[in-house]
Amino acid sequence: MTKFTHRNGLSRRALLKGAASTAIAAGSTTLGAPMLWAQNIKDVTLRQFGTGVSNLNDVANKVKEDLGFTLEMTALDTDSVTQRAATQPNSFDIADIEYFICKKVWAAGNLQAMDTSKIDNYDNIAGTFRSGKLTPTSEIAQGTAPHTVGFTSGVNGTDFVQEESGWMTLIPTIYNADTLGIRPDLIGRPITNWSELLNPEFKGKASILDISSIGIMDMAMVVESMGEYTYPDKGNMTKEEIDLTIGIFTEAKKNGQFRAFWKSFDESVNLMASGEVVIQSMWSPAITAVRSQGIPCVYQPLEEGYRSWGGGLGISAALSGLELDAAYEYINWYLSGWVGGYLMRQGYYSAVPDTSKEYMSADEWGFWYEGKEAIGDITSPTGAKLAGAGEVRDGGSFLERMGSVVCWNSVMDENQYMVRKWNEFIAA
Amino acid sequence: MNKLRENTALKGWLMVSPLAAVFFVFLILPIVLIVIVSFWRATEFSIVPAFEWDNYAFLFGSPVTYTVFFNTFKYALITWACTLLIGFTVAYYLAFHIRSLTWQIALFLLCTIPFWTSNIIRMISWIPFLGRNGIANSALMSWGVIDEPVEWLLFSDFAVILAFVHLYTLFMVVPIFNTMMRIDKSLIEAARDAGANGAQILWNVVVPLTKPGIMIGTIFVITLVMGDFITVRFMSGSQSANVGRLISNDIALLQYPSASATAIVLLVTVLITIGILLRFVDIRKEL
Repeated sequence: MTKFTHRNGLSRRALLKGAASTAIAAGSTTLGAPMLWAQNIKDVTLRQFGTGVSNLNDVANKVKEDLGFTLEMTALDTDSVTQRAATQPNSFDIADIEYFICKKVWAAGNLQAMDTSKIDNYDNIAGTFRSGKLTPTSEIAQGTAPHTVGFTSGVNGTDFVQEESGWMTLIPTIYNADTLGIRPDLIGRPITNWSELLNPEFKGKASILDISSIGIMDMAMVVESMGEYTYPDKGNMTKEEIDLTIGIFTEAKKNGQFRAFWKSFDESVNLMASGEVVIQSMWSPAITAVRSQGIPCVYQPLEEGYRSWGGGLGISAALSGLELDAAYEYINWYLSGWVGGYLMRQGYYSAVPDTSKEYMSADEWGFWYEGKEAIGDITSPTGAKLAGAGEVRDGGSFLERMGSVVCWNSVMDENQYMVRKWNEFIAA
Repeated sequence: MNKLRENTALKGWLMVSPLAAVFFVFLILPIVLIVIVSFWRATEFSIVPAFEWDNYAFLFGSPVTYTVFFNTFKYALITWACTLLIGFTVAYYLAFHIRSLTWQIALFLLCTIPFWTSNIIRMISWIPFLGRNGIANSALMSWGVIDEPVEWLLFSDFAVILAFVHLYTLFMVVPIFNTMMRIDKSLIEAARDAGANGAQILWNVVVPLTKPGIMIGTIFVITLVMGDFITVRFMSGSQSANVGRLISNDIALLQYPSASATAIVLLVTVLITIGILLRFVDIRKEL
């Protein structure tokens, strides 16, 4: 069997050397403490890639300011991110990927496990990413839940383990509950169910995203909501279930239900802002982007619940020595609050909410996290006004939103088959 | 040494070898690789060497494939007809109605100005123009031509073909203009002296003599359209597909063997198409 790449012996040896040098630098990983290699860390450049949602130039600038080294960002669409993580291990140092992508690419061996004892805020990471439970009593949603692919057996593990093993595949950074975005001004009536996506009323004005692992889950939500079928496990469909689900959508497509499909974040923004589409699968910051143009757009909470996703940072298997130390340093900084606060103000949830809170005003925290009425204007990190006094967040508080998650973006056992069927759906 | 120099066969081989080497490394080898990979098997994150017909079986077993190939030919054919009509007219005007060489060159350069920007930009700029609330619809509504925005302007086959014609007409203009410029003007005078009218001259003198140019333009346009995927994706809002999109979707989903198989089938199809086209005109003889 030929994988695209292997962890080779050489890089593993280099890894051990790296571990030794880390031992010398031990104790210096706490943020702000003087570092033994503080002189040469400025020469380090870490190359990060990921989807547009969290690959922000502001983060790179702040890294330069706080940590001194250079972070190069590349933003790609989800499929390209998967492709790069699986096939081009030497093109990146840090992979900012989603958990379902991790499930796809982990076995390729291009990422190395991370030692949780080196992560300062490990104990503060939200339960969803560790035990899988939001609160001790909550149920785990269907699909590829982050904790199921979040841990591996050891530094060179290519498997997933279900307990907190001390070796993480990705260090979680961000997650959210997704739903449909709508243009309330163009629809003019309340929308409460996923099935509205295929309502003939919106013929030629609907859209769904063309990313199979995410789109299939949106489809499943719609199919269940229409009462066509109830899946034993949406996150792991059988071939017949895949045929049924995609069949319903292919028919809708042929009837002209969809205006367009979108693949990247900005396409969804343009479709919505231009009024080409009035109801579609959407991501939280896309809503923010439409609203900051002064166009009404609602991230509509629906009765059936949310489809959720989580993302994190992975380290390239090729990384060692100073670069590896810098990567840990970067990840510790990432979880220390500034980025979390930035992301929370776009409508995401930080995996370490406690530290993010310190970087948000009480009003912002109340609005975004606790679902309270805004006291003053709520602005995006770039300063555009998103909500005025008295407004509340669509869907309410963190617990209300994440508590209503019914499925995660998924990679199924029949993924190969699903992907081919998906391709047919797009081409149909 | 002299003997060696006189050996023309050897000289010929030596002269052709650099180009042959380049073609071998950058054209033949990649295609051979694609052929090999098309028989492999794909898993989630890796491709496995194998020799199996599964990829082809799936390709030919799916009704979508035939629709998609039909679409590809449809796009190619309509785009070809439009670009030929526009391209021939433009070239004819430039070659026979503009008298001074300076103006001919100036106007010809004018035609190439759009090519100074990336073709993605030229394509995407149609989107706000054709949209539901775009310039085209607002203008038509303010003139009272339509009451409601026309939906089929954007994210439709119309939009795809419009973009294709816009992008590729120049590839028709250039070779046709080139052959027209080499038509001996005295032939046209002779035809006129012999009593032919304008239409007869066009049909019996100009068109036959322009055939090689038309054929070269045709090959350009057809191969470009058949191999395209990005125009179809953007202008149809991912609603339509041609073979290129099928391949790009496969690649995006890490299905390299399946993408290779589709690519090989497309390559063979295009080669057959060009083979048929070349039966009509012997480009070598006419150039």
